[in-house]
Amino acid sequence: MSIWSELIPEFSFEQVFVEPWTEFLDPFIWIFLMGFFVTAACGFLGTFIVWRRMALVGDAISHSVLPGLVIAFLVSQSRDTLPMFLGAVGAGVLTTGLIEVIHQKSRIKTDAALGIVFTTLFAIGVVLVSLYGENVDLDTDCVLYGELEHVTLEPLSSVFGLFEAPGSVIRMGVVSLLVVGLVILFYRPLVVSSFDPGLARSMGMNPAAMHHALMSLLAIVVVSSFEAVGAVLVIAMLIFPGTTASLLSDRLPVILGITLVIAFLGALLGMHFALWLDISTAGAISTVIFGMFLLAWVFAPRRGLLWQVFR
Amino acid sequence: MQEIPLETHDLTVAYDKRPVLYGVDVQVPEGKLVGIVGPNGAGKSTLIKAIMGIVPITGGWVKVFGESFARGAKRVGYVPQRESVDWDFPVNVMDVVLMGRYGRLGLMGRVSKADREIAEACLDKVGMLPYAKRQISNLSGGQQQRVFLARALAQESDLYLMDEPFVGVDAATEAAIIELLRELKGRGKTILVVHHDLPTAQTYFDMLMLLNMRLVAFGPTEEVFTQELLQKTYGGRLTILSEVANTVMKESK
Repeated sequence: MSIWSELIPEFSFEQVFVEPWTEFLDPFIWIFLMGFFVTAACGFLGTFIVWRRMALVGDAISHSVLPGLVIAFLVSQSRDTLPMFLGAVGAGVLTTGLIEVIHQKSRIKTDAALGIVFTTLFAIGVVLVSLYGENVDLDTDCVLYGELEHVTLEPLSSVFGLFEAPGSVIRMGVVSLLVVGLVILFYRPLVVSSFDPGLARSMGMNPAAMHHALMSLLAIVVVSSFEAVGAVLVIAMLIFPGTTASLLSDRLPVILGITLVIAFLGALLGMHFALWLDISTAGAISTVIFGMFLLAWVFAPRRGLLWQVFR
Repeated sequence: MQEIPLETHDLTVAYDKRPVLYGVDVQVPEGKLVGIVGPNGAGKSTLIKAIMGIVPITGGWVKVFGESFARGAKRVGYVPQRESVDWDFPVNVMDVVLMGRYGRLGLMGRVSKADREIAEACLDKVGMLPYAKRQISNLSGGQQQRVFLARALAQESDLYLMDEPFVGVDAATEAAIIELLRELKGRGKTILVVHHDLPTAQTYFDMLMLLNMRLVAFGPTEEVFTQELLQKTYGGRLTILSEVANTVMKESK
């Protein structure tokens, strides 16, 4: 018993579930919103990535971001958000482009091409860091695990004088809206080129352009989420909401809706768990959405394990 | 002057510098049911994919109703091979048939009530209307093929390109499909079907395209379905040759 009480901090409902919404609303609302925006943007777009069997492209992008960041820093000599963002997105787009080129111009399959590209780019990043290390201020912990809690340290900036929020929360909110908006706007060509690229091509659509647009958007989402959840956990955010929702419904619009619910619950419960156990919020959110995947896998109607045993 | 639904000149396709189709010259007349036959690897699917620009053309040109494919695309309907798509994809039967309307909607148009009615009518035509809300993974092979056919009907095209629509379907579906194709032909549509079964090819189609990387012959079935030309198409493949010999013998009786 004593081991458990040492491992798990004392639980106070008041402190864990009430105070973040009353007394300490200011820091916690930003942690929650950041978690929600990241998980929502990743999950919504990730649903298409999963169904197009490109789940690990997000992984490749998140790892190739490193040289982009270093080069952007060396060129601009600053750590301003814009050059960093452009450098990282550039590296992400380069990754997907190179994977495509290697796959098409050789007999190497996509998964191996992916392995070649992102490890090479990551290695270039490592080389650059060790060459110019003293000038580049990169927090390796942040790269790996992300620091979602850092949003609370940022100064608030005003949005059209309407309300104030930390800059990164505003940026992530814009990215989420962009993702949801673009997917809704181009829903039909996106679905038809994901399900049946041949038909899309025969109708005069351009599935290749759709693929590049999707990859660029993925690079933007991964790079924006990177700082908050790190290079590894961003994969959880990309893959879990879509796969969990796909266990619960057969209709893509419903699945996309469920990913947003998962993002909301994941961010909410993740924030509370992180507060209770004093752990990384990104880790807590990932664990919560994994838990939701597990529940769906076991209990989902028709596709769940229990249903298949007892039907 | 009558329009030529499909014309190719010196159509050549190569994968990795290895040619899979060369010098295909055809003029397909309107209102015909055309079978594309040839051995495995003869480039049958490649031919129709090259026509639609799904695989890049290495040389030559394609015209659809006298125009480039891009301009004529709205008048062309396509039925891909059934295995070419992921049937677990989270869409239902109605969603798939509605995709047939997407080519007319532009990039951001919305599906109208009229589109839905057309899709329902097409589903009804292939006997799949009761399954409209069914998830596509819960269908048999024959039902999946009928859904693809309904989607092609929903495209309301004048030229149809179908890739092996008879593979893996039950006898009832095969009969239903061929009846539907004949009805389309009766309405002046032109239909090209990739087909690999020689005995039925002879009875199903008005015209045959014998293909083995090159165009061996193209003409009315009764003129082209000869032992000599088939032998030229299939080379020395004994099993097929004996099959052909049997068919020809049956015919002559």
